[in-house]
Amino acid sequence: MAGLQEKGRGAEAAFTLLRVLLPVLLALVVGGLILVALGKDPLAYYRFVVERGLLSPIGLQASITRMAPLLLIAAGLIVAFRAGLWNLGVDGQFLLAAVFVAALAPSLVAGGLPHILVILVCFAVAAAIGAAWSVIPAYLKAEHGINEIISTLMMSFLGVSLANVLIKLPFNDPSTTVPQTATLAVEDRLARLGGTTIHWGVLLGLAAVIGVHYLMSRTSLGLKLQIVGSNPRTAIHAGIDVRRLTFLAFAISAAFAGLGGAVDVMGVQGTIRADWNPAYGILVIPLIFLARFNGWAVIGFVFFFAVLMIGGESAARRMGVPTFYVLVQVALLLVFFAVVEMLDHARQKRRGA
Amino acid sequence: MEHLLTAAFLGSLLLGAVTAGVPLLLAGLGEQISEKAGVLNIGLEGMMLFGAYFGFAVAYQSGSFALGFLAGGAAGAVAALVMVLLCVRLGMNQIVVGIAITLAGEGLTALLHYFTFARSYPRLDKIGTLAVPGLSGLPVVGDALFNRSLLVYLAVLLPFALIWVFRRTQFGLNLQAAGDKPAALDAAGVSVMGTRAAAVLLTGFLGGLGGAYLSTVGGGLFLPFMTGGAGFISIVLAMLARGKPLWVLFGAFLFGASLSLTTAMQVAGIDVPTDVIQMLPFAMVILVLVVFGRHSYLPPALGLPYHRGER
Repeated sequence: MAGLQEKGRGAEAAFTLLRVLLPVLLALVVGGLILVALGKDPLAYYRFVVERGLLSPIGLQASITRMAPLLLIAAGLIVAFRAGLWNLGVDGQFLLAAVFVAALAPSLVAGGLPHILVILVCFAVAAAIGAAWSVIPAYLKAEHGINEIISTLMMSFLGVSLANVLIKLPFNDPSTTVPQTATLAVEDRLARLGGTTIHWGVLLGLAAVIGVHYLMSRTSLGLKLQIVGSNPRTAIHAGIDVRRLTFLAFAISAAFAGLGGAVDVMGVQGTIRADWNPAYGILVIPLIFLARFNGWAVIGFVFFFAVLMIGGESAARRMGVPTFYVLVQVALLLVFFAVVEMLDHARQKRRGA
Repeated sequence: MEHLLTAAFLGSLLLGAVTAGVPLLLAGLGEQISEKAGVLNIGLEGMMLFGAYFGFAVAYQSGSFALGFLAGGAAGAVAALVMVLLCVRLGMNQIVVGIAITLAGEGLTALLHYFTFARSYPRLDKIGTLAVPGLSGLPVVGDALFNRSLLVYLAVLLPFALIWVFRRTQFGLNLQAAGDKPAALDAAGVSVMGTRAAAVLLTGFLGGLGGAYLSTVGGGLFLPFMTGGAGFISIVLAMLARGKPLWVLFGAFLFGASLSLTTAMQVAGIDVPTDVIQMLPFAMVILVLVVFGRHSYLPPALGLPYHRGER
C-alpha cells in the first residue's frame, strides 16, 4: 500500500512539474516558429539569449540585478491577485514612484542627508506614491463595485503620462539637453554585493516575495484576504470588513510596485529620461499566473524571465530581433498556461468522477 | 480666451473629434455586443492593433481603403476567434486570454512593422470624401461633419442599427439572454456558445475596423502601439453606456474631442505640452467613473464561462 501511495505522489509531482514546464516549452516552440516565419534562425536566437543572459558572468549578473524590480512588483501582485483584485495598473504605480525617487534622491544627497536615511526616505516616499495611485481604483471597487481592471489600467495610462510631465517640467535637470531628472551619483546608489554588479535590492525583492508568501498563507490577514478573493459574499457573512481589506490589499500591492520603482532607480538607472517606461508590470502579471500565486515558484519564473529579457536585449542589438518579441513570448506563455490549466481541470474532474 | 472660440479652432477640434472618435465608436459598439452576451473582452486593444496593422498593410499594397478596412476587420475577427475557441468554447479565464491577446497584438504588430515598414515609414494618401450636398458648405461644421469618408457616415449610423438589432431581432434578444441568464437561453433551445461566439467575432471585426480606420485614415501610417489605450477607453465607454448604443456614440465623440485637443490648440496657437493633453482622456475616464460610477452596469453572467448543467 505504502509503495502505491508513494507512486501516486510521485506521479502527482511529475504532473505538477509538467503543468509548469509544458506552457514554457510550447511557448518557446511556437515562438520559434514565429521567428522562422520572420526569416530568423530560432535555435541561434535562443542559444544567443542563453549565452548572454545566463552563461556569461556579466549577463548573469545583469539578469539577477533585473530581478529586483520584477520581484517587488511580483510581491505586490501576489497580494492583489490572491485577494481577487486585478491590479493591472502596476506600471503607472511603478513609474510614478520611480520618477519621484529619481528627483528626490539626488536632492536629499545634496542636502547632506546620510546614505541610509536617503534610502529610507526614498523607499517610504515610493511606497506612499504607489499606494496613493491605487486609492481611486480601490474606492471605485469598494464603493461602487466597478471593475478594477479598467480603473487600474486607466490610472496606469494617466500615471505614465504624468510621470513624463514631471520629468519634462518640474523635475527636469536643466544641465542636460534631453529632458531627464538629476543623476544620482554611483557612490550614492544601493550598495553592490561582494565583487559583483548586483545591488542589495535583489535581496529586498526576494525577502518581499517570501514574506508575502507567508503573509498570505500563514497569517489571519492573509487568510481574510484570500476569503475576500475567493468569495466576497462568504467574507461578508464571516464578518470581514471587505471594504477596508479592498483598500488595504490595493495599497500593499501598489506600495510594492512603487518600491520596485525606487529600487530600479537607486540601484541601476540613477536617472530617468522622458518617455522611459519599461512596462515591467504587464510582463510580470503572466508569471504570477504561471506560478499559480506561489511565491517560491514566482522567484523561479522571475529569474527565467529576467534571463529572457537581458538575453533578448542583447539579441535585439546583435541579431536584429527587436525586444517586442518578448511580448509575443509572454502572450504565448499565457495562452498555453490557460490551455494546460484547462486540461488539468478536465483530468481532475475525470478522476473525481 | 477669445481665440479659443475662433472658427479655425472649433473647426479643427470638431474635425479631430470625429477622426479620433470613429475608432472608439466602432470598438466601443463592438465591446457592447460582447458584454451584452456575457463576455468581457479585455483583448480589444490587441484586436484593434491587429486591425490597424493589417488594415494599413493591405490598403498600402492594394491602394484601396475599402480593402484595407475589410482586412482590418478580418484581422480583428481572427484574433477574436482565439478568444472564441479558448474562452467561449473551452471556458478559459476571459481576463487571462484577453491580456494574452492584447500582448500578442502589441508584440506581433510591432515585430511585423519592424520587418516591413520600419525602414521607410510609408504613408497613405488622404481618403476620398463624400460631401453632403448643401450641408458640407456650412462654416465650422461643414468640413468636420458633412465632408467625410463613407465609413464615417456608416459608423455614425451603426448605433441606430444596433438599437434595432437589440430591441427588434431574435439575435438581439439572444445576446441579452446569453449575458443575463444563459441557462434560460439554453433551455429555450438556442446555443449559448453560438450566440456568444457570434458576439465575440462581431466585436473583433468592429475593433479591427476601428483600428484600421485609426491607421489608414487617422494617421495615414502604422506605428507600433499606436492605439495607445484606445481599446481600453472603448471598454469603459461600453461599460458606462449600460447597453445603450447612443451613449457609446455620445461618449466616443466626447473622448475623441479630448484626444484631438492637442492639434486644435496648436492651430489656435496655444502651446501646451503634449503629455499634459495626453492625460486628458484618461483623467476624464477616471472622473466619469468617480461621478457616474454607480450607474455603470454589466450583465450578471459577465466574465463567467457557460457550462451546461452547472449552476
